[in-house]
Amino acid sequence: MAKNTSSSAFRKIDVDQYNEDNYKEDDCGESQSPPVGPDEKEIINFINQGKNIEALKTVLRNAPISSRNQMVKDAALNVVMQVLLSMKSSQIEEAVNALDRDHLDILMKYIYRGFETPSEGSSGQLLAWHEKVHAVAGVGCIVRVLTDKKRV
Amino acid sequence: MPESLSFGIDPITAHAWNKDRTKLAISPNSPEVHIYHFQRGEWKLEEVLKEHDLKVTGIDWAPNTNRIVTCSADRNAYVWTQSEEKKWKPTLVLLRINRAATCVRWSPLENKFAVGSGARLISVCYFEKENDWWVSKHIKKPIRSTVTCLDWHPNDVLLAAGSTDFKVRVFSAYIKEIEERPVSTSWGSKMPLGLMMAEFSNSTNGAGGWVHSVNFSSSGDRIAWVGHDSSISVADASKGMAVCVIRTDFLPFLACLWVSENRLIAAGHGCCPMLFEVNETGKVHFAGKLDASLKKETSGVSAMKKFQSLDRQARTETNDTSLGTLHQNAITSVCLHTGNKANATKFSTAGVDGLLAIWDFNNLESAMRGLKFN
Repeated sequence: MAKNTSSSAFRKIDVDQYNEDNYKEDDCGESQSPPVGPDEKEIINFINQGKNIEALKTVLRNAPISSRNQMVKDAALNVVMQVLLSMKSSQIEEAVNALDRDHLDILMKYIYRGFETPSEGSSGQLLAWHEKVHAVAGVGCIVRVLTDKKRV
Repeated sequence: MPESLSFGIDPITAHAWNKDRTKLAISPNSPEVHIYHFQRGEWKLEEVLKEHDLKVTGIDWAPNTNRIVTCSADRNAYVWTQSEEKKWKPTLVLLRINRAATCVRWSPLENKFAVGSGARLISVCYFEKENDWWVSKHIKKPIRSTVTCLDWHPNDVLLAAGSTDFKVRVFSAYIKEIEERPVSTSWGSKMPLGLMMAEFSNSTNGAGGWVHSVNFSSSGDRIAWVGHDSSISVADASKGMAVCVIRTDFLPFLACLWVSENRLIAAGHGCCPMLFEVNETGKVHFAGKLDASLKKETSGVSAMKKFQSLDRQARTETNDTSLGTLHQNAITSVCLHTGNKANATKFSTAGVDGLLAIWDFNNLESAMRGLKFN
């Protein structure tokens, strides 16, 4: 026993691959959200008109959460980041209150995704968003970012 | 203030009561099962059941036949019966599984029990008189991952199972060798063994999570489950399998239990049992936290506190890391204590902090004004 306990390579062997009826990811859910993601032009228009909250709602409604295409997801992330970072800090609370629960969950996912790739000043703004979303949707919302298999 | 018993610092993985609630079986996160007996105002360790080789994952105590069933990560289950000298004697049950057993439940009539396991199947076990032996039959399809929790329908035939494949399924566990033909229910009329009567997904619209606990209501028409996405869901077979999900603001729940036909409690990582209600239209809503017992005095730092802290820890700010709840760590199991699912008056919770608490709705009602329980 003592001889080979230092090696942990055996833990990485995928024993389930030898099982014929192995668990596979669900294929369903593809149709539930639009696979293309939000329309960037439309969002930019909203931002330019000062309708930031409208822009946020639209972008979250069209989030490609069920898509398997990483390009689509990255493009959507860029648009969401534009919306989040363009919002004035005084407006954040109002924007968060205007969203329903499902959209808050998606927004929280984007906030964490935004933390992964920080740009100049983005983290501070995202922390402000994080605080407000957490105040409304609680820790449950963060738990769902961690557990959900469908990433943004 | 709920009654609480501490069993050391080890987590309690499972607990079960005998019929008159004078005895308690707990698994202290080890291969042992400890039987405690309430005598002269205190809980005394009466017997230690040692037969399993690995951690005991589930215990259930059949009230009327006074038998204990335990299951363990060593892939075995034992049925314990009391001999004349009041000693518990184990009988091995052949589960025929190649992964750890995770949970076990006696059926309401206590003539069979079901064991969930990591082998992606449920073993339904019954006693075969001819061979003097517990045998098991398997429910396999279409379970695709570990079965984490089980609960029996009051009709002794249907069995609900939650799994790490994000699904809750209702199966027929009808054993034709020992049972009469079951009468039809709202879940269906034909019930051969292993037939899936219903399947619910805990994963809608991108959300999801392992199912930690599943529970039939007293009528058997409703089924509730909790998942690791902090959600609590109720499905109603009498309303065409309508499902109502609420994704809560709290940490995920690990256990749920119906305390009347319209109310259920859920408890878990948040360390506080919570009450949920189902209204006439089948909508579930959060009704309140049941742990109102320990309100921490947060009104600033008193001078006394300040000097105490300076004395003990050589700093002025108080460093209180205890939680404002009775349980100081996640609640992992909830059991009915007094009453039945249609009208429970007491329930018990046990958790990772080694604490077991008994909650009395009569006391809770006075503690939480504006909340009526019946």
